[in-house]
Amino acid sequence: MRFTINGSKREADPDIRASLLDVLREEFALTGTKKGCDHGQCGACTVLANGRRINACLTLAVMHQDDDIVTIEGLGSADSLHPMQAAFVRHDGYQCGYCTPGQICSAVGMLDEVAKGWPSHVSDDLSAPMFDDGEISERMSGNLCRCSAYPNIVDAIRDVHAQEQKA
Amino acid sequence: MKSFNYARADSPEAAVRAGGRFIAGGTNLLDLMKLQVETPEKLVDISRLDLNTVEEQDGGLLIGALVPNSDLAADPRVIANYPVLSRALLAGASGQLRNKATTGGNLLQRTRCYFFYDTHAACNKREPGSGCDALGGFNRIHAILGTSEHCIATHPGDMPVAMRALDATVVTLKPDGDRRRIPLGDFYRLPGDTPHIETVLESGELITHVALPAPPPGARQLYRKVRDRASYAFALVSVAGVIAVENGTITHAALAFGGLAHQPWRDPAVEGALVGRAPEQAAFDAAADALLVGARGFGHNDFKIPLARRVLITALRDLTGEPA
Ligand SMILES: Cc1cc2nc3c(=O)[nH]c(=O)nc-3n(C[C@H](O)[C@H](O)[C@H](O)COP(=O)(O)OP(=O)(O)OC[C@H]3O[C@@H](n4cnc5c(N)ncnc54)[C@H](O)[C@@H]3O)c2cc1C
Ligand code: SF4
Ligand code: FES
Ligand code: FES
Repeated sequence: MRFTINGSKREADPDIRASLLDVLREEFALTGTKKGCDHGQCGACTVLANGRRINACLTLAVMHQDDDIVTIEGLGSADSLHPMQAAFVRHDGYQCGYCTPGQICSAVGMLDEVAKGWPSHVSDDLSAPMFDDGEISERMSGNLCRCSAYPNIVDAIRDVHAQEQKA
Repeated sequence: MKSFNYARADSPEAAVRAGGRFIAGGTNLLDLMKLQVETPEKLVDISRLDLNTVEEQDGGLLIGALVPNSDLAADPRVIANYPVLSRALLAGASGQLRNKATTGGNLLQRTRCYFFYDTHAACNKREPGSGCDALGGFNRIHAILGTSEHCIATHPGDMPVAMRALDATVVTLKPDGDRRRIPLGDFYRLPGDTPHIETVLESGELITHVALPAPPPGARQLYRKVRDRASYAFALVSVAGVIAVENGTITHAALAFGGLAHQPWRDPAVEGALVGRAPEQAAFDAAADALLVGARGFGHNDFKIPLARRVLITALRDLTGEPA
């Protein structure tokens, strides 16, 4: 099968049972994406597939023929951080760091959903959602952090959203 | 996970001819396959079928079975005319899961009963005839209505509850090429002595669409979900309400409940207790009495009986009181 991973065309011949998560980690050594629960309950495995955030543990790799997958490694590098990565560093949005790649990929996908005007469970007006800390928490509820770095994660995301609004 | 054959279908006709278990978003089926609760021999990937649009039809909407939950919740026509559906979708799962979960797959997601997930436990739904460990065991999330001595599981979905209150119809394609239109009220089965058979779908029958009729004019809509944490948790009790009041009298009432039964629960007696009456406490109490007259707790879930009453009554107040 063929797909695009972090901008490059790649080929793989995975076991039919392999999740996208296992193929990213084991065939492509992209170990930034983490396995927490392997059952859709923690968000550590979040990647962007065709621009949308998904749980890589609950999808078969073979179902992603021709898809465009972006992992934490594809968002930025140590020399050139993605604005979300930089904001997590600036705001100390992690402690052990295990959930962080998933948090960052999820936050990037989430801000894109906000830009499209998608509402959330806490939006008073479904057709004109506000953006505040309550919205960030609700929209990020699919990413658990055992170290409970939540306040700083919210700070980092709020900061990036504000930068995007200015740009 | 047990191995399986895999085929990608390029049309609904090819999908039903392929003869296998359909996989759409995979967020429920793969979860269960990892635990070997589900062991399909063949997966038919329907995720690329051209059933991913929402069309206007007969004053209502025709929703493709592969429309993701996120997209459906954000569709401006759903927000404008069926806000209870947007609200129910947004109350379910997480942003990541809603991006993958599909309309058809959400209807067919299986129970979250702990014993169903545990292949060492007795469970008539997983293994017919093996017994039910929930009956005498920990059963906090289990049903209080429509149960049987063979199974007390609930349907865990939010979206189907709203669709039930909106009188949705499931549109299918059968392997022999026939199409069916099944009202959602006839779609799910009660557990009875065959809890492993959850819907009236026949083997190999594909859901192609869900049709929503025009919303009742002038009605207010609400979805309220009570759960153990504020987000990313299944409902203990939920209610979808669509209510119209004219000149001080309730003229339309549709109320469906999640977390209470093996299917999104709707009872004409509840609505009968409301229509034609003034939106006052006496009518709300009568509706709650009608809902719960046959309710039965199994120990840990006894709290759902008073909880369902309170959730219904506050929902009715909010649906008929001064707009916020
Ligand atoms: C951690 C977690 C939390 C969740 N929380 C919630 C929640 O709060 N509320 C809620 O409602 N849901 C919740 N869910 C469940 C989620 O909504 C479902 O997993 C999802 O809707 C299933 O859709 P899918 O497309 O991924 O289905 P799949 O997993 O692809 O399929 C599910 C079933 O439907 C069948 N199927 C799929 N499409 C069709 C079709 N078109 N025709 C015939 N058969 C079909 C499949 O064969 C399979 O049996 C949660 C899930 C997880 C993992
Ligand atoms: S309640 Fe139903 S699903 Fe749960 S153990 Fe009993 S038979 Fe199985
Ligand atoms: S590893 Fe995928 S959600 Fe936990
Ligand atoms: S930083 Fe440790 S789990 Fe989030």
